[in-house]
Formats: sequence, C-alpha cells, structure tokens
Amino acid sequence: MTQAPLSAPLDIGFDYTRSLGPTLSRFVTGLAQRRIHGARGTDGRVHVPPPEYDPVSGEPLTDLVEVAHTGTVTSWCRQPEPLAGQPLQRPFTWAFIRLDGADTPMLHAVDADDVHTGMRVRARWADTGGNGVRDIVCFGPEDSEPAVEPRAADDLTMLTTPIHLSYRHSASPEESRYLRGLADGKLLGQRCPACGKVYIPPRGACPTDGVPTEEEIELPDRGIVTTFCIVNVPFLGQRIKPPYVAAYILLDGADIPFLHLVLGCAADEVRMGMRVEAAWKPRDEWGTTLENIDHFRPTGEPDAPYDSYAGHL
Amino acid sequence: MTDNVSVVSFAQAPHVRETHGTTNGVEMLVPIFKEALDNVGLSKEDIGFWCSGSSDYLAGRAFSFIAAVDAIGAFPPIHESHVEADAAWALYEAWVKIRTGEVDTALVYGFGKSSAGQLRRVLAMQLDPYTVGPLWPDAVSIAGLQARFGLDAGLWTERDMAEVAARGRGGDPDELLRRPYFADPLRKHDCAPITDGAAVVILARDDRARDLTERPARITSIHHRVETPHLGARDLTTSPSTVAAAKAAGADGVTLAELHTPFSHQEILLRQALGLGDEVRVNPSGGPLSGNPMFAAGLARIGEAATRIRPGERALAHATSGPALQQNLVCVLEAD
Repeated sequence: MTQAPLSAPLDIGFDYTRSLGPTLSRFVTGLAQRRIHGARGTDGRVHVPPPEYDPVSGEPLTDLVEVAHTGTVTSWCRQPEPLAGQPLQRPFTWAFIRLDGADTPMLHAVDADDVHTGMRVRARWADTGGNGVRDIVCFGPEDSEPAVEPRAADDLTMLTTPIHLSYRHSASPEESRYLRGLADGKLLGQRCPACGKVYIPPRGACPTDGVPTEEEIELPDRGIVTTFCIVNVPFLGQRIKPPYVAAYILLDGADIPFLHLVLGCAADEVRMGMRVEAAWKPRDEWGTTLENIDHFRPTGEPDAPYDSYAGHL
Repeated sequence: MTDNVSVVSFAQAPHVRETHGTTNGVEMLVPIFKEALDNVGLSKEDIGFWCSGSSDYLAGRAFSFIAAVDAIGAFPPIHESHVEADAAWALYEAWVKIRTGEVDTALVYGFGKSSAGQLRRVLAMQLDPYTVGPLWPDAVSIAGLQARFGLDAGLWTERDMAEVAARGRGGDPDELLRRPYFADPLRKHDCAPITDGAAVVILARDDRARDLTERPARITSIHHRVETPHLGARDLTTSPSTVAAAKAAGADGVTLAELHTPFSHQEILLRQALGLGDEVRVNPSGGPLSGNPMFAAGLARIGEAATRIRPGERALAHATSGPALQQNLVCVLEAD
C-alpha cells in the first residue's frame, strides 16, 4: 500500500524595516503623537491614511491635514474568530470609518457588540507609539471611549512591520519515498522512463521530459565530487568553521549530483573527480532527511577520469 | 499586429479541497499539459511560448514557479515567462507575444495549492504594506465590507446573494439563508471554497487554429485595468476598472459571461456594472463559487467560455486580482 506523502509545518517570518518617505513619515510620526493625518487629494477630498500618490490623478500628495479621533462607520463586517496579527484577539468588527474631517473612510477594527452603519466611534490608543497604524488599537463607541490628548513624540522615518506566515509543506510522492528510504539508511533514486536518467532525489517530473520518474534504483553511498567550492566567508547560522568544502556529489549510478559537505581532508586537497563515501551519523539520530549523512569523506581510491563525469557538470 | 489569436484547447485539474501534491503544482500540471496538448494533437516541441501565473505567497517559498517548469520537460530550452498574478494575465502576455508575430502558439498555465497556508490571511499580503497590511485584514472580511456597502445601498440583498450561491454550488436559497453567518454579512456559501487546482489554455494564431481544432474561440479583444490600492478611495459598490476594460474590449452584445467572482455579491456587482441582462448566461460552469483554484480560476474563466461558446455567439470572460475586485481583465471571444 502506498503511504501518503510526507508533510511538515513550514513557518516563515521576517520583520521588514520600511523607510517611510515624506508623506508616510508625517503620518506615522503623527500617530506616535496621537494625531491622525490625511492627505488632501487633487480633487480636494481628504484621504486617511494619506496616500503617497493621488488615487485618481497619480500626483504626489504632500498637503497633509489633521483629522479627528472620531468618525462614522460606513461599512462593517464581523470577525468572530480573529486571525493571527489582527488588531484584537477576541471577536471584533472590521469597519470602514470616515473620520471627522476626512472624505473617504479608513479600514480598522471596532471593539463593540452592536456595530452598525452610521455608528459613531472614537480611536483607542496603544500605550506604546511608533508602530504606525497599530498605534490605534481599535475604535470604540464614541460615548464610552475616553478622549485622549496628543502628546510629544520624535520624528519617525522608519517602520517595522513583522510578517509571519504558516504553511503545511508537502514533499512529492517520489521525494517521500526517497526521504523514507533515508530513514532506513537507503539512498533511493528513480529512473526517468523516457530518457533513462537516474535522479536522486527522484522527481514528480523529469526536467528534460516532463514525466514522473518511475523505476526505483537503490544507489550506493559513494561516488565522486563533480565540482565544489571552498567556503571562506562566515555567515549567520554557519555550523562549521571556514574554510570548508561544499561540493556536488555524484553517486555511482546516478545522473544528477546533489550538494553536500566534503570533510576529512584539507579544503585545498578536494578536487574534481575525487572519490568520496558517506559518513553517516549514528543510526539513532536518523530521520527522513539527507542530514543523516553528516558529510562525505575521501576514500583514497584513484580519481575518476574527467570524461567519466564531463556530462554531469 | 494584425493577426487574430484563438483559444484552441483548455484543460483543468480537478477542484479539490486539499491535494497531497507539492506547492509547485507539478502533480496537477503533468496530466493537464498532456490533456491540453493531446486535444489538438500537439507535442511540447510545437509550443512557441510558455507563460504561467502563480504566487510564491501561496506556496510559502521563493521562485516556486521555477520548480513547476519541470512539468514541461523544458529541454531543449524553451521560451518561457511567468506573472505573479492570475494566469489570465499570463494569457494576456502570450496573446501579445503571438500578435507580435514572434510565435504561432502559446501554452498558458496557472496553478495554486491554496490549502498549504491560511488563504484568507495570505491574501492580506496584497494590501498596502505600510498602512493597511499591519492590521492583517483578511480577504473574507474585506469582501464582507464590500458586500455590506451594496446591502446598505439597496443594490443587492442577502437573498440575491444566496440565489447566486445556489446557482453556483447547488442548494435552496431559503435553506441557505437559514444558515449562520460566517463573517456577517457573509455566510459560508457566499465565499468561494478553498480549492487546490490548475488550468491550461493553448492559444494559436488564426491560421494555425483552424488546423488544430474545428471550434476555435477567437479572442476579438482583451484589456485589463487597475484601481487605486487605497481601499477607502474606491467605490466598492461597483467596478470602474471592469467597466473600463469591457468598454475598451467592446464587450457589448455578449450572451455568455464567465465572471471571476469569488464572492456571491461580486457576481451581482459585475452583472450590474457591465449591464448584463437576463439574456446573458452567467457562469454556466458554476463559476468560482463551485471551485476557486487561486491563480488559475481567472484563466479557467477564459477556458470555460471558449469551451461553451456557440457558433455565432459572443462571450465575455473576466478575471480579477487584488482585494475586492481591484484589478480586472476582460476578454471577448467569438466563434464562427
């Protein structure tokens, strides 16, 4: 019976630091001061947040206008189960809010049970400023939300906006057989039915023929270095002290090399055609990963002649 | 720029909630490339230009479309391009490429595995990253705000929306209206299902099209327009960019329309904006409410219209991109 393909969580994130430019610097600085600014467009309408360029004419907008902390809901949508990063982490309502002094509405959250079109709301401010539109936590009913005075804050020219996304990453059926093989200490490739080439890892589509690889081939854990580079540059997260060698390893019987480490000799002794074998980690550390092989090391056998691997470079 | 271009073949992967496949789409694309090519007796060597639409944000990895090229079997090297948008925009690029006279044929494909991430949240990446994105407004909530504007203005009712949903995905409007809100004013049936999928369209210059199929669907015009990214400045109760694209494309007199409307109210909105009357068959395929493979569903509208067009008929195929119908493409098709 065929097992389902392997999958695993993939969480990616980055805190983007964004330079603001003249218009958005004033908007973000204003928010830190608990002031809300819009921009007057070329047609006279005041837009909040201030667009850097006019939504209709495309002209740069630099005529900023301070608007009120209060406004009117023009549209709303309930968010019963907030998603990560949204303004409130309990049920709330998204709304377009036309602030007093503005002509077009801005999007934000409203913290109230009975939000309706026409409702009057007032901004609720975060204790800490400097996070742009997040300096406004949300809006609340105008009557119950306390009014807040502006305060001093330094000019801001940068804004940090964290982005974090979560995925379930799936390996292909062919890759999954390969990864499960690794957990048993086996190197499983597959042959393309059209061109006959042996790929490791096997592939959902042969890059030459566009058909899935099929016939399974167990490959030995030894082969040659086709090409390599000596890593001299330190970088964040580096696990080995430079200099060391990253090389393309072509297993005997395979037609495509993969990238791995060559250790066990001085970096300047590694050469094209050098015979190498896998140095496996202890068996109790194995998983469904090529990291089961810690590195490749020289076997001491004579080098492969150039012609034997010239077609694999 | 005088040659006409026709749709000669269309294929799409099954719409499924979650594939076991990879985010690079290879498993979905390999069979439908074969189907689309076999339909017209072509091999990959006969294709002059390949163009795809997909998104790295959907896949959660950089250059995900490169891995998809494996599905082509791109050797000897091919003439290839990609757009980070629905593949309807890839079709636009391919249409231009054929019209320049550089190639006779093009294969356009789009794919997406929406189930890999949290789709409605991933789509917040389309928003202004300075002033809107930091709030993480999701695609369903933004559609809900748009729907509310129209409800408040009396342009449509929740019953109108349920009737669209019932037509697209089955069910009884009365029963649908008794279901709870998902994101008031939207119920689940108002939102397209999360769908993994892929689609392929083959284009050919007219002198080749006749040799390839008895029933080519000629693209008489194709245009796209975009609105401001500033959500508050847009009139979300209508779609000026769709209207402008349709006017430029000369879309009057159509009797078949495939509309890329992932939310029920958007089908009503576009019918009103485009002035489509009762004589127009709208989304006979079921439309995006029956299956919405991201980055392929717009291309599929063109394929579905080309497949369904009758001799002598004019059809409109529409594709959208961005929040609340921000960018829109209109393709007009005719069959002899």
